[in-house]
Amino acid sequence: MNTMVEKSKNLRLQQRTFAWRGQVMKNLSLIIPVTILSLLILSAIFAPWLAPHDPINIVMQDKLLPPFFLKGGSMKYPLGTDQLGRCILSRAIFGARISLAVSLVVIVITAGVGTILGIIAGYLGGKVESFLMRVTDISMAFPSLLLALLMAVTIGPGFWTVVLALSILGWAPYARLIRGETLKLRSADFVAQAQIIGCSPLRIMVKHIFPNVVNSLIVMATMAVGMLILAEAGLSFLGVGIPPPHPTWGYMVNEGRSFIDSAWWISTIPGILIGLVVLSGNFLGDWLRDKLDPKLRQI
Amino acid sequence: MTRYVIIRILQALIALIGIIILVFILVRLSGDPMDLIRTPTSTEEEIARLKEYFGLDKSYPEQLWIYLSSLFRGDFGTSIIKRQPVIDMIKAALPNTIKMGLPSFIIAMSLALVLGVLAATKRDSLLDNGVKLLAVLGQALPGFWVAVMLVLLFSVKLRLLPVAGMGTLKHYVLPVGTMVFFMLPGMMRLVRSSMLDVLDSEYIKLARIKGLPDRKIIWKHALRNALIAPLTSAGMLFASLITGAVITEIIFNWPGMGRLAVEAVQARDFPVVQAITIIVASMVLGMNILVDITYAIVDPQIRFQKS
Repeated sequence: MNTMVEKSKNLRLQQRTFAWRGQVMKNLSLIIPVTILSLLILSAIFAPWLAPHDPINIVMQDKLLPPFFLKGGSMKYPLGTDQLGRCILSRAIFGARISLAVSLVVIVITAGVGTILGIIAGYLGGKVESFLMRVTDISMAFPSLLLALLMAVTIGPGFWTVVLALSILGWAPYARLIRGETLKLRSADFVAQAQIIGCSPLRIMVKHIFPNVVNSLIVMATMAVGMLILAEAGLSFLGVGIPPPHPTWGYMVNEGRSFIDSAWWISTIPGILIGLVVLSGNFLGDWLRDKLDPKLRQI
Repeated sequence: MTRYVIIRILQALIALIGIIILVFILVRLSGDPMDLIRTPTSTEEEIARLKEYFGLDKSYPEQLWIYLSSLFRGDFGTSIIKRQPVIDMIKAALPNTIKMGLPSFIIAMSLALVLGVLAATKRDSLLDNGVKLLAVLGQALPGFWVAVMLVLLFSVKLRLLPVAGMGTLKHYVLPVGTMVFFMLPGMMRLVRSSMLDVLDSEYIKLARIKGLPDRKIIWKHALRNALIAPLTSAGMLFASLITGAVITEIIFNWPGMGRLAVEAVQARDFPVVQAITIIVASMVLGMNILVDITYAIVDPQIRFQKS
């Protein structure tokens, strides 16, 4: 008996130390991503003042200079230059603008459309629901990369082409999630009471259902930041993103491929940046999910 | 149960028809393929004859009807650029994609299973932290960049492996490595967290109390149940595998479906783009049905509620 008590005491102590360690780790895994994302947002906003050089200015005599920490590099171009003598640091700073702008616009569109359709499908049910769910089936089975390629050929590559290509299919997962949440809420007591006192369906959807799905929505939208930055970079890499000379991280990696044996930094640096930003977005998403919506914690 | 399966199949068929119509409209919006075929010497007559040959002179509803009815007979049409049956082009490209995709899939799945289970059973060990780090990095780093870095390391610096192309066994290492990188992290993370949930459950505790050996508990009782959760995302994983295949094939100049798709879109080769879209979409839809059915068989709650 005595040993059992001791054991459970030990266990509790262990749990407490784990909890304490977890607390520190949790805060650390919030502080670092928030810092990185803030830096990204700041450099996107203040890009013209922060960048040491013009990101599209070609200086042929300065081409393929290495970063400052390598032999032959200097602080004039802290991260080196590419095959046309353009400053990689400046291009990376301006590239942050494009990555961020694309993901924010796409998130607003997809989350908005997905939520509206999801709530309507979940609350009204019936024919509306089955129609909307078949449309989400189509959106989720259509090869997304092929659609992006088609759009680029159709309307020509550009900012809005990328936004459109990522938005057309991107709303479906939101609609799925929000529909599921709405289905659960539809049978809740407070919805029944609202129906009894004569609230219109529109009012119930906006005033009673929406506030209850907003947490899931925020979590999913945050998680989407990293995914969208990766998708935008992928499209740029394939040459169907925002066209050159505008600096995008994905296309910088692509351009560096031809110089991989002499100037590895052209491809390497933007890739590390993408990784850091996506990592931060994912960590922030995980943290928000634990705070706001623990039941989403399946992965 | 049967009713549930039939409903799921019907729903998938409706979605497939929607996709066929959608891609039919989208490719026609992308422009006139004749603009790319036309040479300074070609006459209007020749162009008109070509259009007639490919049925592009008819109205869109007529074209759609002809396309759907020939599709029903299993005919994907003729490529506008290559002038050969689309099915032949696919027969040439698909095996190359499978040759790269299948080994990658098998390697990624086995690694995900073994590493995921070991990480879950030895929680907070060095292995577990390594698995977590790999999962986090794998989901953050862009796959195309990892491929470029693999080329930099193994082909340029160490000169061990070829940069691109297809031929010897050595040509497979980097593309397969890239594909494994695309698939492994997400799957591994799922197996680990699902395994952790199962190991915490009552029946595993019971098995332990019964005195079953650890190995039997983990690899038989727990793993079987832990596989249900990753199964549900197999459809989504498959879709990401296709995107991964496109990027990998382009970087390594691999003559598969992904490269065929990109070339066909750029050349406005309508029948080829349509065929590839339909094939890929039916694979994704079929995969989802399989997952749903398996899920229904495994989970009694769904099995009994729907029948």
